[in-house]
Amino acid sequence: METEEQLEKQQRERRNFLSCLGSAVACGAAAVMAGTVLSRATAAVRAAVTGGPNRPAIPGYDWTKHRWAFGVDATKCIGCLRCVEACKRENDVPADAHHFRTWVERYVYLEGEETARVDSQADPVNIAASGSEGEYRFADRYKDAKVEKAFFVPKLCNQCTNPACVQVCPTGATYRTEDGVVLIDHAYCIGCQYCVQACPYGARYFNAEKGVSDKCTWCYHRITKGLQPACVEVCPVGARIFGDREDPQSPINQFIRDNQVQVLKRETGNSPNVFYVGIDKEVS
Amino acid sequence: MEPLFHAAPFTGYVYPNETIIAWTALIVVYPYLTGLVAGAFTISSLYQVFGFRQLRPVAHFALLVSLSCMIVVPLPLLLHLGHPERAFNAMITPHATSAFAIFSYAAAFYVSLLILETWFVFRPYIVHQAQHRQGVLGSLYRVLSLGSYDLSEKAMRYDRKWIFALAIIGIPGAHGLHGYVGFVFGSLKSREWWSSDLMPAIFLFSAIISGTALVIVLYVLSCKLRKIPIDLSCLKVMAYALWGFMMFTLLLEGVEFASLVYRGREGTQVIMEYVQGRLIVPFFILQFGIGSVLPIATITFLIWRGINGKALIAGVTASALLVLLAVLMMRWNVVIGGQEIAKTGKGLLAYHPAIFGREGLLAAASVLIAPFVLLLVMIRLFPPWEQEPSAAVPASAR
Repeated sequence: METEEQLEKQQRERRNFLSCLGSAVACGAAAVMAGTVLSRATAAVRAAVTGGPNRPAIPGYDWTKHRWAFGVDATKCIGCLRCVEACKRENDVPADAHHFRTWVERYVYLEGEETARVDSQADPVNIAASGSEGEYRFADRYKDAKVEKAFFVPKLCNQCTNPACVQVCPTGATYRTEDGVVLIDHAYCIGCQYCVQACPYGARYFNAEKGVSDKCTWCYHRITKGLQPACVEVCPVGARIFGDREDPQSPINQFIRDNQVQVLKRETGNSPNVFYVGIDKEVS
Repeated sequence: MEPLFHAAPFTGYVYPNETIIAWTALIVVYPYLTGLVAGAFTISSLYQVFGFRQLRPVAHFALLVSLSCMIVVPLPLLLHLGHPERAFNAMITPHATSAFAIFSYAAAFYVSLLILETWFVFRPYIVHQAQHRQGVLGSLYRVLSLGSYDLSEKAMRYDRKWIFALAIIGIPGAHGLHGYVGFVFGSLKSREWWSSDLMPAIFLFSAIISGTALVIVLYVLSCKLRKIPIDLSCLKVMAYALWGFMMFTLLLEGVEFASLVYRGREGTQVIMEYVQGRLIVPFFILQFGIGSVLPIATITFLIWRGINGKALIAGVTASALLVLLAVLMMRWNVVIGGQEIAKTGKGLLAYHPAIFGREGLLAAASVLIAPFVLLLVMIRLFPPWEQEPSAAVPASAR
């Protein structure tokens, strides 16, 4: 029968098609698996040879031999904001009031008030005082008030041991280096800003011009050449301390040894690596 | 030229970098669309898997609604990315601990499943068109038939098995996908407004009600356009489903809010200031009052009084429209609200959306409309209204 033959032919074609489809899917899956295994294997070999994954090609620098940390002595900070300016220039941070790798907060307790009044150099009153978003001043806004207590708190990325930003990054563009700094690969970041949301410290910002997230790196390009971060370099009072925890005599180890230090938002479990002295309960 | 960013004005103290709202109206649309996908799929599955025969008039239509929304889901994300051309980095080198990276796989899996199920469901129609239609459309159907013209009883039995299996896998697929969207927000410890274990469940239930409401509205609209009577028993089942799932949604939202206030952790004071201030209209009036209590009361009244006919249709459709508004407001209040409460716990920001530009309201509205344009095309290509082979395929083709 012609129709039966046709039917049989159709069924045969269908079987062939499904079998081809099955083979194609299987081949695709095998290729993906092989690719994954191969890339993992390559990474493992590279890690074994170089002493860590994606080791940076910095001449004379071995990131397995360092463990950087940062200290902030709030009792010394005078709120001059040179650190903010130096950071903006050194790291090509947009010169406006909405993008900062580091900033300084001012806490002021007025007589009879239970909570502190807080502002930063990005506050509209302070911008009005400086005359421009690209210049940084703290306006003398409390000169007619009775101030009971006041202090400044420099803020920056905490380069956490368990960074929430790294956890959420969908591509792995942001990662923690062997020497304890969280970096962003700007050539790989897709600009989803999930990391900006995840950081409890507000340390990350989105650079709309470049289409990528950005943040403080403790001037990684400087510290790997034996220099200090720009903000530490320019601080006139030594309120910012930087060093290598692998070196027992480093300034940061002395700072941590000689003081009772604390970290910000400890309850997040992020384990920050910026250690503070001289801050009180209102600082978070 | 549109500025690169819009800074949000603030009160109190906020971190300087927070003044740029990172996730805008586009990211409100994204969970809204995934929610519609999951909800519409639920309606389709209630028929395919759980045997709700009354839902037959909308079962295949709901599948098309789900597919057309799902195809558009990546669009708001792509528009939002700083480097959309690198979007596939998340799939090529996924970061295992990132909810977003896993989401891209879950979404890819689910969209494949939806396409496959749609193909099986509409295969008799595709085969018939491939055999009888000429021209470009004929060629399209011949390509879509994938060379298989077999509509024998044995083949159809085989197809039905696949549809059933895919519909079953699709239930955890669709719901897992949307639960994941809730996890994207709920898992972030940086914001008290988001950080909640109930967030995935709340997103899931609100997804189901939004999808159900959408199918109700589109079904009624399509019947009016096709000038055919509305199947009241079908509408009633959807209204019951809407009512039941809304109860769960409201309960979960209430428990979540109560826990947040009751725990009273650091920053709750600012949250309360926000809730009692700017959230009055978007949350209490639009999402809770007009969008939730009013439709529940209306549907309760309709069921209680046993109302039928035009009044039932009007009541259920109006309620469904309000639910669609409520869920959109819920997405807005979560996504935007979370960012308006500063991470410092000491200040509030005010998001003023741009109208134009890549992340403006116009772009977000266009993305929201896109699935319906796609749905119009799909309905033309795969008429979902007559599912039975006797109606869809003339006897000569069988």
